[in-house]
Amino acid sequence: MTNIASQDKQTPPALSRPVVNASAAATANRPDAKSKIVAKDVDFYYGDFHALKKINIVVPEHQVTALIGPSGCGKSTFLRTLNRMNDLIDGTRLTGSITLDGADIYDRSREVVGLRKQVGMVFQKPNPFPMTIFDNICYGPRIHGIRNRKLLDEVVERTLRGAALWDEVKDKLHKSAFALSGGQQQRLCIARVLAVEPDVILMDEPCSALDPNSTFRIEQLMEDLRGHYTIVIVTHNMQQAARVSQQTGFFLRGELREFDDTSTIFTNPSDEETEAYVSGRFG
Amino acid sequence: MVNNTTTVKPHRSNVTRRKIANRIMLTLCMLASVAAVTVLGLVLFFLISKGFSSINVKFFTQLPNHVDEKAGGMSQSIYGTLVLLGLASVIGLPLGILGGIYQLEAKGKFASAVRFFTDVLNGIPSIVIGIFVYAVWVAPIAKLHPGTGYSAFAGGFALGIMMIPTIMRTTEEILKLVPFSMREASLGLGATRWRTMWSVVLPSARGGVITGIMLALARIAGETAPLLFTILGNEFFVTHKVYGIKVPTLTAPIDALPLRIYNYATAVDPEQQRMAWAGAVVLITLILVLSIAARAATRGKVLEEK
Ligand SMILES: Nc1ncnc2c1ncn2[C@@H]1O[C@H](COP(=O)(O)OP(=O)(O)O)[C@@H](O)[C@H]1O
Ligand SMILES: [Mg+2]
Repeated sequence: MTNIASQDKQTPPALSRPVVNASAAATANRPDAKSKIVAKDVDFYYGDFHALKKINIVVPEHQVTALIGPSGCGKSTFLRTLNRMNDLIDGTRLTGSITLDGADIYDRSREVVGLRKQVGMVFQKPNPFPMTIFDNICYGPRIHGIRNRKLLDEVVERTLRGAALWDEVKDKLHKSAFALSGGQQQRLCIARVLAVEPDVILMDEPCSALDPNSTFRIEQLMEDLRGHYTIVIVTHNMQQAARVSQQTGFFLRGELREFDDTSTIFTNPSDEETEAYVSGRFG
Repeated sequence: MVNNTTTVKPHRSNVTRRKIANRIMLTLCMLASVAAVTVLGLVLFFLISKGFSSINVKFFTQLPNHVDEKAGGMSQSIYGTLVLLGLASVIGLPLGILGGIYQLEAKGKFASAVRFFTDVLNGIPSIVIGIFVYAVWVAPIAKLHPGTGYSAFAGGFALGIMMIPTIMRTTEEILKLVPFSMREASLGLGATRWRTMWSVVLPSARGGVITGIMLALARIAGETAPLLFTILGNEFFVTHKVYGIKVPTLTAPIDALPLRIYNYATAVDPEQQRMAWAGAVVLITLILVLSIAARAATRGKVLEEK
């Protein structure tokens, strides 16, 4: 009997273990900025799978924080713990604490609906609702009780301007959102998030489905929004992280290997694997 | 021992055999569908050849006339069927749609028990549902107030029960097709699960849900068995006025096309038998219209997404 099948199943030899575990020191050197989100010893499980390991991070207010790392390292998982989007998946479990403005977001008394109003999310694939552009934007305000037509008109104009989309769509607000291009749809999704007036905006690879021109517009937009919102962006694209963010965190196999000022991460990282990754040697 | 890397050289005759088998099976499939369509064609042909001559304006506007059958019609049966479909919808739509949503959203023991029982309900013969409604509704009322009990309401109730499992199942299946990203977007804006379902998921699946409703209506429109014990039949319109508007009296017996067809088809009078054929043509047309509307609803949805 040959034994090929069982040999195939063997796991490859473990990659070299990290020399330093950077997670303990994962606070960027920005003493001037107020900390918006603080994650402390966060472990996260999908059933038995340990997807996040002892994550410690401090996200400063009104800045862009980028999360980078190879596919499957837990970036999206971490991002989704910040607005409790993972609650939707059965069998998930989180230990440790995550605070927003000092209050634990996993506290029993915390309303997840209110949290998600405060922490908005933009997804990888633009996902407008099958409604008009106007109704897409008004969806959030309406669920939170705003009915006044004049107020809604104002919200629509303000957020579409905020998302740099107003000039392109002002004449077709009552047309289906599906008629927009991918890049426009993604900006619409950003406007839709702005309409619920969040403090924090989470973006999970918001440009990965877009062409370079749309990507450029969204990056510009992040720069404009930064003064008023705290942005956490997951990106595959290291140049993008370097362009848009002030802090960068590098995830690897469920760990936050290094978290520091973006310039430090890209020019002088302390972790070997971070350096290997940002210099394009793996991932 | 394991030899899966060696490619088996196809033997020539083997290939030919497989090709022939392929041909034969495809031909059989084609013949089977031709047979099905032929049967449908024959049914329609008989119906039309026997019933079409009795369809005229009077058929739709007159009540039965037993002195001169040719001068009579089936207006009360057509009207009764429409009233019953409406009543059945009032019961079947909310329960079916809410139930379908529940099946989609809920997990656990209770949810799978519900799923099992709706499957069972779906398999219950319609005559049993008729007897059930008779036993729990018609008979007790008749006991309390002799001479009453059979009613439009009882018939609509029986048909409504039959709609529930069908609509539940189609609603669930259609809602499953709505991309998860749509829900995430809504939940991410702080919407509750119910709000997400009501304002985003359900509207996205609107066409499919309507198709399911139309098919369920088409199915119950021709049901006779549940009506035998519940509506009694009626050769008149029974209405009363509410705020000056004429409305059907739901507590009175009512007529329905399938029941009237059943009664006339088994009658000795050849004129009544012809009326039965004509009624069948009208009933089939109604079901056809519902089926076409069902397809149109889905088609409309596809266009809208583009
Ligand atoms: N719903 C899920 N159930 C089980 N495992 C999951 C689920 N989502 C993600 N994972 C696993 O968690 C790990 C991290 O995934 P993710 O956070 O999506 O990675 P990234 O966004 O960095 O590419 C991966 O190994 C992935 O397979
Ligand atoms: Mg991801």
